[in-house]
Order: sequence, then C-alpha cells, then structure tokens
Amino acid sequence: MEDRLLVSAPPHVRGGDDTQSIMLRVIIALTPALLVGFWRFGLPTLMITAVSVGSCVFFEWGYRRLARKSCTLGDYSAVVTGLLLSMTLSPAVPLWLPLIGGFFAIVVVKQLYGGLGKNFMNPALAARCFLFSWAALMNSWVSPRGVDAVSSATPLSVMKGMALPAESPMDCFLGLRAGCIGEISAAALLLGGAYLLLTKVIRPHIPLSYLLTVAVLTFLFPRGNERLTWMLYQLLSGGLLLGAVFMATDYVTSPGTDRGRVLYGIGCGVITVVIRYFGSYPEGVSFSILIMNLLVWLLDKWTTPRAFGYKKEANT
Amino acid sequence: MNPGKIFKDGLLTNNPVLVQLLGMCSTMAITTSLFNGLGMGLSVTVILCCCNVCISLLRKLIPSTVRIAVYVVIIAGFVTIVDLLLQAFLPALSESLGVFIPLIVVNCIIIGRAEAFASRHSVGEALLDGLAQGLGYTAVLVIMSVVRELLGSGSFGAGVFNGGKGWQLFPAGYACSYLTLPFGGFMTLGCLIALVQFLRSKKGEAEK
Repeated sequence: MEDRLLVSAPPHVRGGDDTQSIMLRVIIALTPALLVGFWRFGLPTLMITAVSVGSCVFFEWGYRRLARKSCTLGDYSAVVTGLLLSMTLSPAVPLWLPLIGGFFAIVVVKQLYGGLGKNFMNPALAARCFLFSWAALMNSWVSPRGVDAVSSATPLSVMKGMALPAESPMDCFLGLRAGCIGEISAAALLLGGAYLLLTKVIRPHIPLSYLLTVAVLTFLFPRGNERLTWMLYQLLSGGLLLGAVFMATDYVTSPGTDRGRVLYGIGCGVITVVIRYFGSYPEGVSFSILIMNLLVWLLDKWTTPRAFGYKKEANT
Repeated sequence: MNPGKIFKDGLLTNNPVLVQLLGMCSTMAITTSLFNGLGMGLSVTVILCCCNVCISLLRKLIPSTVRIAVYVVIIAGFVTIVDLLLQAFLPALSESLGVFIPLIVVNCIIIGRAEAFASRHSVGEALLDGLAQGLGYTAVLVIMSVVRELLGSGSFGAGVFNGGKGWQLFPAGYACSYLTLPFGGFMTLGCLIALVQFLRSKKGEAEK
C-alpha cells in the first residue's frame, strides 16, 4: 500500500504530522476538561481515568502481542481512547467498569476489525454504550464539590421532566454541575476545541453543524416558555460539547468530504434532540454519534467529489 | 459414505450453525441458559433424525414438484409430537422455550438436511446424518449458552444441575446483562465462528 502512494517527481513538501503528534495534541486538548473533572469530583475520578487508560494500553499491547502484530502503543491512540472513555463515565462508577470498557473498546471494537483506521465505530463511545449493560452503576451521579447534596440529578434528567435545572447557565458553563467526569465544564471543552481547531487537528464542519442543529431545533421547539434559556441549557448540558468536539470528529469514523461532514453533523444533531425529547434515556449524544458512524460509508459514497474532467457517473 | 465422514461433517466441517449458518433465529433467541440450549438442541436432534429417516424412506415416492410441501408436512408432524411430549413431561422446558419449539417447523437446518441429504441417501446414512447434524447443532448451542449464561447472569447450569438451582458463580449485579440480549448472541456466535476457523486454519497449515 505504501509503495503505491509514492509519487515520483521531487521535490515534495513534507508535513511533520503523524498519528503520534495528532494524538498528542488531542491529549493536550483533553487536559483542561479532565482537570476540571478531577477538581470537581476529587480522587476517585483520577483512579477511574488511570484504570481506563491503563486497561486500554494493556489490551492494545496484549492483543497485538498475542496476534503477533506490530506494537502500536507508540501512536498513543490507545491512550486517547482510554481518556475519552473515562471522560464519558460517571464519577461514581466502580473501578472494574472502566477495565471492562477498555477491553471492549480496544479488543472488540478496534483490534478485532484490524486496528486503528479500520474500526467503524468510535471505540470509546461504543464501550460506553456497552457499559450501559450495568445501567444502575452508569446512571448514579454525584454532585460536584461545593454543592450540598450527595447524590444528585443531572441537568439533563431534570430537563427530561420538562423543567429548567436548578443550576444557572453560568454554572453549567464553568462545570458546577453533576455529570460525567469530562463533560461538566463547557468552558474547558471549548478551550480544548479551540486548541484543536488552531492546530488544525480538526476542521470546524462537524462540531459547528452538530451544535447549530441542536441549537436550532431546541430553539424552535422549546419545552417551556423561555426559548433562549432552554436552548442554552440544552447546549451546555450532557455530553454534547464533549461529543461534538472530541467524539464526532474522530478521523476514522467520520466522513472524508466537507459536505459529508456537514451532513454527518446535522444527522448527529437531529438524532440527539430526538432522543433527548422522545427517548427513554435523558442523553442521546453517544447513541447519535454511533448511529451516524454506521452511516459514514453512505455519506462518503454520496458526497464523493467529481474528479475534474469526468462526467458525473450514474450510481450503480 | 462412511459414518466417520458424516459425523465429522456434522460436528465440524459442515456444522449447521458454524459453517452453514442455518437456524440463526433459534440460536440467537434461546441460548441464554444451558437449560434452554440443551433442551432446544436435543429436541431438534430428535426431530431431525425422525424426519431424515422418514424422508429417506419416502424419497422414491415423493414427486419432486411438491417435495418441499411434503417435507414440511412430515417435519410439522414430528414437531407437534415433540411439542406435546415436552408439554406433558417437561413443562418447565416447554414454558421456557415457548414459541421456539413450534418454530422448529421452519428451522432451515431440518428442511436443509431433508433437501440436501435425506432425499438422496439411504435410510441408515440419513439417520446418521440427522444424528451428526443434530449433535453439531446441540454442541454449538451448549457452548454459546454456557458462555452467555455465565457472563450474562453469572450462573452455570440453572435448571439442570444442583437440583435445578445451578450455581451462582458471582452476583448477578456484576454480570453483563446485554449478553443475554440478541446482541450478545451475535457477538458470542461471531467470536465462536472466528475461533473455530482460526483453529482449523492452524491445523490446515500444520498438515501442509
């Protein structure tokens, strides 16, 4: 494969990017949101993240070794999967849950299909959904420090009951709310997203179309009288920002054309709002991204650009 | 055909589930506990043997234009017998398998063996083939049920061993209940097929 990609006539401009440097930048971008999680929920979250990353790295190493394939730990993709997985877990989960999640993400979703680049679903999100098998554990929430109650409802589950949450939008923006480890602070996630955009790791099409779709839909169809507040809460709560910035933009499981990316983002947004409004779960971000992951091949097929000089071929 | 080859075909090289991928509906639906898997596998084995013998006996009398209809009538007869016997003597199993016992009528394994084997072989061979294919089906169901019961509800042999209680190996709260859903059936079967193909390809390499 590599041989066929070599083009003859030099000189060539060679970019310094490789999988390792891109994954490193993703890790840097995830740091602020993780730090907010550690700060708000304390030591247990540190342990959960450590177990999650450790198990992803271990299973990646173990599987590649057992299957006598090259060791791929150096590209850091397993570390990123581990970080993302832990960020989508409740801070109250027992430590064996991320261990199983790491196994499912790396071995079942990623390596059994051939490793990085060949998985058709986002490994971290697929593992999170698999872990919903232990629904009671996944749905027990704790309040962030500085709030009195011990266990608490997330803003989204309050909104499921068609009421506005007790936290102010500013609290949700800064991270003073219950939720998964990595999702609580919109500010930190936006900071990470901005870093990824500036270093050109991701392009704005997917996050923007995703967030705009959710914004438009929740603004047009609010539950209650305060349209704008309702929309703001919908945007700032749940895993929407985490999903839009870090999960939906995964190279492997998102479309390869800009038009495809926009359609993909719109699809994610519509499904998210539909699940939030009509589904049995309060949150639909993970499911919406996984469903759109399954449609990527179709979007790629529809939006393949016409090569210059060729007529548009009839789809056969 | 020699009996050894018929048995090897049924259990491994032409296993109805692992290789022919037949009978998926019952395989996914009932392999949630060893009790169900074993009961379903043995019921199908009995029906398969009876049908194969009958169809092989009648193979020169059945006009080929209406053969499928005749096969279905014969199969439906034996399924009804087994269904009524289960209701009479093993009501717990009958209750647990529910509609999947009557559905054996449309199980592709039986109609497939009737069409592909029994209608063109002698009675003795047809009986052996029914036994081999039925045991191959049972073996896969048992393996899948044990895995799914263990990981999905943390128990082993509930309804079969230990006076019907089985053994709870770890608390059900730690078990992955998704594995008892059809999704878990597809995952378990996929892993099992991959494992068997892997082992067979290794053996093939070693023989070369």
